[in-house]
Amino acid sequence: MEINELVKIIDGEILTDASLNGREVAGAMGADLMSDVLASIQPEAALLTGLCNPQVVRTAQIADIRAIIFVRGKHPAQETILLANEEDIPLITTRHGLFEACGLLYAAGLISLEVKTEEDCSSS
Amino acid sequence: MAAKSPLISDENAENITRVEELAYELRIREVMTKNVFCLEPDTVMEVALDTFQMERISGAPVTSGGKLLGILSIEDLIHALRESNLTASVREYMTTDLVVIREFDPVVEALKTFYQTNFGRLPVLNESDELVGIITKGDITNGLLNALQRDYQAEELIRYRASHLFEDIVSARTSLILRYSIKKGDFVHGGNASSNIKRALLRLGASPQIARRCGIAIYEAEMNLIIHTNHGGTIRAEIEPHKITMEAYDDGPGIEDVELAMKPGYSTATNEVREMGFGAGMGLVNIKRCVDEMKLISSKERGTNLFMILYLESTDHNPNTIG
Repeated sequence: MEINELVKIIDGEILTDASLNGREVAGAMGADLMSDVLASIQPEAALLTGLCNPQVVRTAQIADIRAIIFVRGKHPAQETILLANEEDIPLITTRHGLFEACGLLYAAGLISLEVKTEEDCSSS
Repeated sequence: MAAKSPLISDENAENITRVEELAYELRIREVMTKNVFCLEPDTVMEVALDTFQMERISGAPVTSGGKLLGILSIEDLIHALRESNLTASVREYMTTDLVVIREFDPVVEALKTFYQTNFGRLPVLNESDELVGIITKGDITNGLLNALQRDYQAEELIRYRASHLFEDIVSARTSLILRYSIKKGDFVHGGNASSNIKRALLRLGASPQIARRCGIAIYEAEMNLIIHTNHGGTIRAEIEPHKITMEAYDDGPGIEDVELAMKPGYSTATNEVREMGFGAGMGLVNIKRCVDEMKLISSKERGTNLFMILYLESTDHNPNTIG
């Protein structure tokens, strides 16, 4: 899905400088735990999250994430935006909640790029 | 070339700076059109019209003995046509109110002049005031693009050299070692080391999958040093043609129960760390999943040593192997 189309669907606002023309995401994942993201996101995904610190951008760069969407109308700190511009990772904010934003994108045909992992926390 | 948005990102700044730099670095001489077709002042306008049509040009300097007298443009021709005066000499219709530029001026001077005036072309003079060329906006665009292309080729060459580093250097065992100091509690820079290692690997020709796996493992290790140590620690990545050995070590406080620390979901992180999206007890589990071999040694006296190895030949790795 073109990132520009995604922005329209969630009525989002683009926070970074670079043009999104022609840029695409292959799917998406929603999470607030960066370790979950690192563990289970496949490359070329959009990440929907409520977490706004620079670590989200770092996680995106390491895990080959193509766009970050902040939910519940959150605006990240300037340092997060600066890092995102530096790493060329588009930041988008939407007033929708995580569940709602995910739902809108899923209904529009965007697939999940979260892989299932065997480890769970029940043994702890 | 100025950015429209008031906020100029580092990356934008970098791009602008390079073009700006080039505009200052490049001299008019390097981008101008030489061997310019010139008109004599006594040429008849009709002949000038034929020449423009034949040579497919829209303007020409008027010179006499190498000295510049004026410029004749399409507009001047139209002027003569309007007055049905094509038998007049070029001298009568040429523009003599000239703005010129010197051959050794930086390109940025021409850009400024184009911006300030409405001229489409500027005659270029040498030190003896002789006409040596003409410069248009198109010449500048071409010149800048050519210069950027040269830059790009130079960068490609660096990338090529980097990816052939291990072939070019002959030794019994060649390796490249990258070291990073990680400060305790430095969340702002958390991930810098892993980003840099990932970039280095890509530059050295590693596949995106390998670079990603290394990046994730190092990132989790880096966050562990930031979150859990007394004074931070060190990350060391040794890159060899067949494997990448990564090590994260610190001087304490050590992990009390290594087996327990390896359990998914087990965490000693504070709420503050959890609010940052870490400390969910998945870090070591993630690392284990990303690398081919992992060894965690820890004691209260000597702190913690985490060894990770990733083999470059193996395409599918075994997540269950622990060294």
